[in-house]
Amino acid sequence: MEHYLSLLVRAVFVENLALAFFLGMCTFLAISKKIATAVGLGIAVLVVQSITVPVNNVIYQFLLKGGALAWAGLPDVDLSFLGLISYIGVIAAIVQILEMILDRFFPALYNALGVFLPLITVNCAILGGSLFMVERDYHFAESVVYGFGSGLGWALAITALAGVREKLKYSDVPDGLQGLGITFITAGLMAMGFMAFSGIQL
Amino acid sequence: MATASYKQILLKPIVDNNPITLQILGICSALAVTSKMATALVMSIALTLVTAFSSFFISFLRNHTPANIRIIVQMTIISSLVIVVDQVLKAYAYGLSKELSVFVGLIITNCIVLGRAEAFAMKNPPIPSFLDGIGNGLGYSLILMLVATVRELLGSGSLFGHTILTPVTEGGWFVPVGLMLMPPSAFFVIGLIIWAIRSLKPEQVEKHEFQIHQVHRTEVV
Repeated sequence: MEHYLSLLVRAVFVENLALAFFLGMCTFLAISKKIATAVGLGIAVLVVQSITVPVNNVIYQFLLKGGALAWAGLPDVDLSFLGLISYIGVIAAIVQILEMILDRFFPALYNALGVFLPLITVNCAILGGSLFMVERDYHFAESVVYGFGSGLGWALAITALAGVREKLKYSDVPDGLQGLGITFITAGLMAMGFMAFSGIQL
Repeated sequence: MATASYKQILLKPIVDNNPITLQILGICSALAVTSKMATALVMSIALTLVTAFSSFFISFLRNHTPANIRIIVQMTIISSLVIVVDQVLKAYAYGLSKELSVFVGLIITNCIVLGRAEAFAMKNPPIPSFLDGIGNGLGYSLILMLVATVRELLGSGSLFGHTILTPVTEGGWFVPVGLMLMPPSAFFVIGLIIWAIRSLKPEQVEKHEFQIHQVHRTEVV
């Protein structure tokens, strides 16, 4: 149990996808002007991440990994070079399915997330989560925890940045730094804040 | 005329319409791989090639791609190209490919590639699309190399692993700035580069969302 708790804390804070690995930066910087939209996007990423990482884990462990096809009588086959294309396919498919389910059963949530759902397909945080899962060879339970934790960490980071930016609107920023420039510097300061978590062991 | 516009397509994204500093595309990897120049260089080459060829192929197929499944078609083309790059790196530069870890794979979701495919390659013939891909790749590379130069020079006193400023630990005078090797410094360096570019090109400055009222001395309350 402690192992999973420690993995969760590490995924949320220490190895925060947005602020320690810079994944999903494009959306992170582009869609963090308002807290409401940032929260919406954060939840969307959290949901998609918690589903795709375990699914990709199953695909990796039982289809792609070297020797994984032993159950089908093919112990020598190593399909790991097909990894990238399978993961992105899975992500695109899950985002599409999720969009349809939300549209049918939860129209309110669907309208709230709106345009962000399709955008998530090309969010590097999602693919990055799956790739880190493969690189570290997590087993299924670990991948569930990691998927949830990394999604939560990303959501937390974008919400915090949006909060800062809403206030920043009213401050007197030098012309050249206005907009994107000052956002970068803010995100840098936040990343420094998150560095304080490094070294935490549970 | 034709040659001039080709030149424009190729050169415009490098400074005037830079993907990183103006279009906010492809920032993830720009930040993560820039603590050393060697990794930044490999990443730049890989991304330029992938962008150029994916734009080329996508534009080649643009009249045969139904609009509602175009994203999937584009993703398939892009991920096939990235797999090729990844396998080549693993075969010929294993150490570097380990250092870049997941970031080579993440070229797939690099917004520059898909962004240029959507914005340019779907509407233009193959050759201009190819040049547009190269131009944007070079714009990205320029920022990446600038950031990597600053970070490696100040962070470890070397360029491409060759010592330029001898650090104190080896008997020199230079005290390495440890912060430059840490992730947050990439944000600061890019932020400052954006400031520099926008000071040189004032037309890129974004409008204030909320204009602060300038109080003049004559206006006594």
